Amino acid sequence: MSAIRTVVRGAQRRRVSTIVIVAATTMAVTATVLAGLLLAASSAPFDNAFARQHGAHLTALFDSAKTTKAQAAATAAQAKESIGPFPVATATPKQDPENPPIPPLTVVGRADPGADPIDKVTLLAGRWARTTGEIVVARTNLMIPPGIVLHLTNGSTLKVVGEARSISRTAQGWVTPDEAAALGQTGWQMLYRYADASSATAMTAHRTALGPAAQAQSWLDVRNDAAHRTQLYVPLLSSFGLLGLALAALVIGNVTAGTIASATRRIGVLKALGLTPSQVVRACLAQALIPGLIGAVLGIVVGDLLAVPLTADVADLFGTVPLSVTPWVDAIAIVAAVLVIGATAAPAAYRAAKLRTVDALAVGRTPHNGRGRVAARLAARTRLPRPLSLGLAQPFTRPARLLAMLVTIGLGAAAATFAIGLTLSLRQVQAAHDAPDTSADVLVAPDRPGADDPRAVIAATPGTGQFYGRGPADITVTGLRDAAQGTVTSGDARWAGYAMLAGRWYTAPGEAVVSTGFLTATGMHLGDTVTGAGHRPLTLVGEVFDGSANNHLYTDVASLSAAGAQPFLEWYVKLQPGTDRTAYIEALRSKNVYAEATRTEGVDGTLLVLDSLTALLTGLLVSVAGLGVLNAVVLESRDRVHDIGVHKSVGMTPKQTAAMVVASVGLPGLIGGAVGVPAGYLLHRWALPAMAHGAGIRLPQTTIDVYAPALLAVLALAGLVLAAAGALLPAGWAARTRTAVALRTE
Amino acid sequence: MIDVVDVSRRYEGDQAALDHLSLHVAEGECLALLGPSGSGKSTLLNLIAGLDRPTEGTVTVGGTRVDRLGEAAAARYRRATIGLVFQFFNLLDDLTVADNVLLPAQIAGAPAARSRQRARELLETLGIDRHADAYPGRLSGGERQRVAVARALMNRPPLLLADEPTGALDTASGAEVRKLLVDLHADGQTIVLVTHDEALATTVATRTVRLVDGQVTA
Ligand SMILES: Nc1ncnc2c1ncn2[C@@H]1O[C@H](COP(=O)(O)OP(=O)(O)OP(=O)(O)O)[C@@H](O)[C@H]1O
Ligand SMILES: [Mg+2]
Repeated sequence: MSAIRTVVRGAQRRRVSTIVIVAATTMAVTATVLAGLLLAASSAPFDNAFARQHGAHLTALFDSAKTTKAQAAATAAQAKESIGPFPVATATPKQDPENPPIPPLTVVGRADPGADPIDKVTLLAGRWARTTGEIVVARTNLMIPPGIVLHLTNGSTLKVVGEARSISRTAQGWVTPDEAAALGQTGWQMLYRYADASSATAMTAHRTALGPAAQAQSWLDVRNDAAHRTQLYVPLLSSFGLLGLALAALVIGNVTAGTIASATRRIGVLKALGLTPSQVVRACLAQALIPGLIGAVLGIVVGDLLAVPLTADVADLFGTVPLSVTPWVDAIAIVAAVLVIGATAAPAAYRAAKLRTVDALAVGRTPHNGRGRVAARLAARTRLPRPLSLGLAQPFTRPARLLAMLVTIGLGAAAATFAIGLTLSLRQVQAAHDAPDTSADVLVAPDRPGADDPRAVIAATPGTGQFYGRGPADITVTGLRDAAQGTVTSGDARWAGYAMLAGRWYTAPGEAVVSTGFLTATGMHLGDTVTGAGHRPLTLVGEVFDGSANNHLYTDVASLSAAGAQPFLEWYVKLQPGTDRTAYIEALRSKNVYAEATRTEGVDGTLLVLDSLTALLTGLLVSVAGLGVLNAVVLESRDRVHDIGVHKSVGMTPKQTAAMVVASVGLPGLIGGAVGVPAGYLLHRWALPAMAHGAGIRLPQTTIDVYAPALLAVLALAGLVLAAAGALLPAGWAARTRTAVALRTE
Repeated sequence: MIDVVDVSRRYEGDQAALDHLSLHVAEGECLALLGPSGSGKSTLLNLIAGLDRPTEGTVTVGGTRVDRLGEAAAARYRRATIGLVFQFFNLLDDLTVADNVLLPAQIAGAPAARSRQRARELLETLGIDRHADAYPGRLSGGERQRVAVARALMNRPPLLLADEPTGALDTASGAEVRKLLVDLHADGQTIVLVTHDEALATTVATRTVRLVDGQVTA
């Protein structure tokens, strides 16, 4: 209707406010989309990816020497759904001492692994294999990028044409059925889905039903293993997503309410001319919702564009497959933005409609109604240049607007503080998690269990400092149904860098340290003794952080009974200072011992992903907060344009005017920073252990104490910088306003 | 046309701004309200315009009990019955002169073409049609007040209320506005105007009423 159009047209001519609403909504919705995707990607990542790929509950391998294709196919009757049989073969790459060893790959011949009804494998790079001689490898830590040609021990070659991921981990590579036959088929693969697949008991029954000829892998085991990767990041990323949503909502709300509040006099005029209260409400809502909706749609577009590379990275982090288009995240973001705008615009609009017309008309003419006089008098007494003291006192004449500005700046500062803390904590968590791998210089890995013990060679090679062996072993625990995932060491592993949460590292056989998950699962405490088959009684002497919530146990290899199967140990060597690592590795290789440099710190791609993600979200949130300040100052300057004219008429220069406007945000900036930074600090201090606890882990104190005092001080000043940055543009406008124009403006 | 009967208006705690005041204005009359600052003139005008409600007493305009109207009804009443002119114009700076004048018709939902025609005629009559596309900030005080009068007359209100229409104007601009009001009254417009300006009261008004401390004096 025309009355609404009139008010809206007013809004359109108020370009800055409209642009700020559009821009703030765009950024906030972009942040919401990214945060929402983070939440989506980190909520039960395995289960969701498994559902999307329609993963296999049981992956069975039948020895083709003992089972015919028809016999394998007949097992389909036992399951609700199944596919196969697919030919299975082993591709054994030639070992090349110059390169890290590529283990033999179990490959499956499937014509179109992406299109099958079960285990819809996701192609991550390149394309599917079309002819013989081509292979698509499963993306793992092995990192075999497309383009590489694998030379096999049987003389043939396989060109890597793509990388793919099967959530059910059904193969290490996929080739055409013809190629599988050419490689020398060893088995048949069948993939099944069952109606009841949620319990270990049910899965064991299904496995048994396949008969002794089949080797089968349950999805529950795969899921358990995947959880180990994700437990650490899920709570961190979700919390950041939630923070993004909250700040976005608050800033949109502030901007909307502020814009309507500043239109009070205009509304008074319209009411004097006969606009009814309900028309006022509708007009105000339209004024806020139209630019808000435009911003929301823009935000969706930008968010979705940014999401494409980000979700791929996050999926890699979790070992899942990227979420495809997520219209529901978009829909929720739009609905949420509109609801927030509506919810904050409605009370402001209602207030405007309720305000007595006579009072509304008086707004701007008598803004001082007593408030802020004390502040003005105090400011006048300071020794500051008059423009600065005038500016400092300004915010106090409008306490509500001052509060809104404080909240905006405070939240921006808190978000930045929390985000930086989160990034630093993630680095520390990753560092603590990786320490056992990065503390050594050289890794010596015999290529098969039972190969010659390289201990003597290492000890005899010049340059060796300290070294120990480490390997996996299942540790049975009386009272626990499943064995604990054990890690056994040989030699002194105290320098390995495991982060201790309590107690100490073990020093003798018969002692053990365990993960928090072990203590939770067994209900044991440090000092208790673990008994079980295959090892001597183990006294728990320490609680270790290894980034996992599972029940892990670490002990000396000599704690295992000599009768049992001996674990496969890899040797971690720390070199004497000044030893040339390359030459040392050469020396070992010349003695027919395979050695390689250990991973160095800080090169982890996933960390970079998280860093860029948090940086992006932080940047968005801080910009949104800056826009909030900009909007507040614009509204304030417009209300004060007459005062500014008066000041200029008595000789205030443009520079002084700009200084006055910037100074008017000085106090809110300082206070906002001074309140926001401790708030972010406390939030981090409280949220991190709480989230870790929710994930069933405890974090070492080093991952929580990440703020250096100097960093906190710099962050506290950030509130001031943020406020000043937001005020700079309107300050320029105020400085340029011609005095005559300013004085004539009503 | 206007019947104010035994009206009082008290602000919280304060002495009454209007104290048991009664007043009758006939159709076609031009009444000037005079009185010292703070005597309650603006308060009375606000009651008649339905911008405010009396603490006691009744206000009837053209048969409507204005003191009983709710917010929405009061708005519709103003739309149909009242034209308001303020001392400080209250024009919207971001609308052109023509759009400011059109506002009341748009708010009332009048047909657009006919409203534009009416606005053009009004601006011509008031001698400000050359400024139709200008913004109010560029006009002189007298010109702005003429725009405000044009806006007040847009919906052909039976009653024109003016609160110190010449209060912010110099002598020459004041004279322009005075002549305008005389002409309007000559055309039969009922007017109630508040003023400190004795000259305005004597040239325009058919009757003057003096307020002191919220009461009518002889
Ligand atoms: N919103 C209000 N709250 C409290 N008191 C008020 C309010 N509005 C007016 N008053 C008081 O009511 C009295 C009458 O005010 P009013 O504005 O009607 O006077 P006036 O005759 O129009 O004066 P002037 O000629 O200065 O415009 C004054 O004492 C004034 O202080
Ligand atoms: Mg008055």
